[in-house]
Amino acid sequence: MASSSPPGKPADLYGGVERPGPPGMAPRLLEFADELRNEGMAVGTSELLDAFHALEQVSWTSQVDFREALAATLAKSQEDRRVLELVFDRFFFRAVEREAVEHGLSEERFDGAERLDLDELRELIREAIREGSDGEMRDLARLAIAAFGRQGEGSGVIGVDVQRIRRTLGLKGQSAGTELPDPDSVPREALKQFEQHIRRELERQLIERTQSLPPAKPLRELDRALPSGPSQDLAQVHRVVAQLKRRLATQGREQRGRRQGAVVDVRRTMRASLETGGVPLRLRHRPKRPRRPELYVLCDVSTSVTSASVFFLSVLHALHDSFRKLRSFVFVERISEVTDVFERERSFDAVSRAIATDAGVADVSGYTDYGRVWLEFLELVVDDLDPRSTVIVLGDARTNGREPHTAAFAQVAERAGRTFWMNPEPKLYWNYGDSVIKVYEPHCSGVFECWTTKQLEVFVNALTDTRVPAAP
Amino acid sequence: MSTDFETIEDTRVGLEQAGYLAGESTALVSFLAGRLGKPVLVEGPAGVGKTELAKALSRATGRELIRLQCYEGLDEAKALYEWNYRKQLLRIQAEAADAGWEAVHDDIFGEEFLLSRPLLSAIAAEVPVVLLIDEIDKTDQEFEAMLLEVLSDFQISIPELGVVEASTHPLVLLTSNNSRELTEALKRRCLYLWLDYPDLERELEIVRLHAPELKGEVARKLVEVIHMVRGLDLKKPPSIAESIDWARALLLLGAEEIDRAMLESTMSIIVKHRTDLDVVAERVGAKLQDGLLEPSRQAG
Repeated sequence: MASSSPPGKPADLYGGVERPGPPGMAPRLLEFADELRNEGMAVGTSELLDAFHALEQVSWTSQVDFREALAATLAKSQEDRRVLELVFDRFFFRAVEREAVEHGLSEERFDGAERLDLDELRELIREAIREGSDGEMRDLARLAIAAFGRQGEGSGVIGVDVQRIRRTLGLKGQSAGTELPDPDSVPREALKQFEQHIRRELERQLIERTQSLPPAKPLRELDRALPSGPSQDLAQVHRVVAQLKRRLATQGREQRGRRQGAVVDVRRTMRASLETGGVPLRLRHRPKRPRRPELYVLCDVSTSVTSASVFFLSVLHALHDSFRKLRSFVFVERISEVTDVFERERSFDAVSRAIATDAGVADVSGYTDYGRVWLEFLELVVDDLDPRSTVIVLGDARTNGREPHTAAFAQVAERAGRTFWMNPEPKLYWNYGDSVIKVYEPHCSGVFECWTTKQLEVFVNALTDTRVPAAP
Repeated sequence: MSTDFETIEDTRVGLEQAGYLAGESTALVSFLAGRLGKPVLVEGPAGVGKTELAKALSRATGRELIRLQCYEGLDEAKALYEWNYRKQLLRIQAEAADAGWEAVHDDIFGEEFLLSRPLLSAIAAEVPVVLLIDEIDKTDQEFEAMLLEVLSDFQISIPELGVVEASTHPLVLLTSNNSRELTEALKRRCLYLWLDYPDLERELEIVRLHAPELKGEVARKLVEVIHMVRGLDLKKPPSIAESIDWARALLLLGAEEIDRAMLESTMSIIVKHRTDLDVVAERVGAKLQDGLLEPSRQAG
């Protein structure tokens, strides 16, 4: 009981159980808001007040209502919403477990494990997952863990155990491509949910065994980063692209609206002067046209940065409408043009494959050679480059110790109107090891970090912005 | 009659009777909006029923719907109020020549000469209304800043007249397609609701609600096709309204089955770009022909 432990006594009798704050709902919510702030959400006092008011109106006993009320008042974008959901689960799971450890509660273990028939269980679970009933899945997750415990000891790593249990049960997610369902497979989303339940239960057991909470892990920054591996959620990529498309599509209009250009439109000024008896009191300006740059994009596709580059290229191609002309090149040791690959293929997957296999990337040694690439690029496009063109380089500027040929790059930059460099590495690692970004930097109009979708969006905005000066 | 819904369940049922199938969060946020008197910012892709939610709320609560459609360049004169310049001129001309400046001045800046635009109408309404500020992301930031006074205090200051305060609390919905990041100040004053495309079962219910005569299997297949089409990388994915339109069209045509020919002849209802049409015909049409879309229970 809480009263049996004097307030001054350290709580880590069993290991790391943090002291709860003062009792009651309000401090809990403030702690929760703190965790949200730690994950980068802007939660102001007025939002918190709203949350309290909202909670007065809904029933606290329904988890859905409780969470939705918090979400509606605290999370002000879809991104925030996702963070809130993750933090919510983590926070309240920990809060409950902390109480349980404090009060020395333990759950009754299911002890009929040896009587469980694995095949029957398998069928039941599959049924429950297909139905998507949450409560049933949770119960079955416990049974599955009990059955699994009988089969052999756990590995001690929860993630591994979850996958082992899944395999023992023979559960497969439906693969996205084929429409013909494998009779044994179950909906992917529901399966994920079931795995989540197993994970929960395993964590709970672990906490009970050790009587201490594992440290709270911050949400991985990776969750919000650009796709870094082929396994990354493609839907996420498409969402980002769709969003970018919409924003770019409206952007031009926004600038034509109120922000007027500096050139006087004589015809419209005369027309307007009729209202004032032929005296041109109000000047009318010619609207600014949005810049539609000619783009030359060079992407490093060596193993260290492949996914970021291919993603970046596919974004640009998805945005094709916003550019007058777009030519893309990929390079490792030498350079090759892949513009038509993107015109032919529509899916991100297919493009990655095509570039990896038959784009003719002259990948002899697998080491990037920036110097050689500049020389070749210059030869390829030297006659096409003019002050209206924009060159974008995506790469980490790691030359593997080879000659960077800065002069050739300078020549490219000089002929093109603008040159941007996107570096998929965090700024911290620049110029460290064989990264030579500093020798190229003086020739660029801008050097950007580009490892989250947000940064990418900032860049694409800058790219189509009419107000950006053409040259440094 | 300050709040119209007693519980969340009431809200859901009320909306359903108004022809809108609300998800859990939608019902909850609508309920909270009425209770807390806060505006709701509704975001989501085009065609998921953001505007429809406002209309349904107005039907369900029996309140009048006042709509302000936002667009680039929308200004105070079109959103708040405007002085009726012509009427003021007439008034001045009709005045006897010896009338004093003071008298005329007080006279022409009266409510009689005020043309009230949607926001003022909503604030000044005698009975509570539902105010829909549609596509707020189309306006510029200056306009958003102007909205802040209206949304947090429900009042409008008119220099010549003073402050007009709301006598009743309007239920305010702002919708956004998220084509531009809204300012923090505006977001802070609102409850946030994200609407997304509904899952298969819910959309099926929606289609059934609006086209009840359509056969069960056809409706299910229709929704399955719609979901598949949304899964493709299209310029404009079909909205809920378009699936309802399609259902009605199929009903008119007396379709017994959605096969490749039927899809190709009617797909212009759900897909509105030429390049998209090609993609859908190729990807979805092929699947329909091979019979891969048959419900799995029939296959077993």
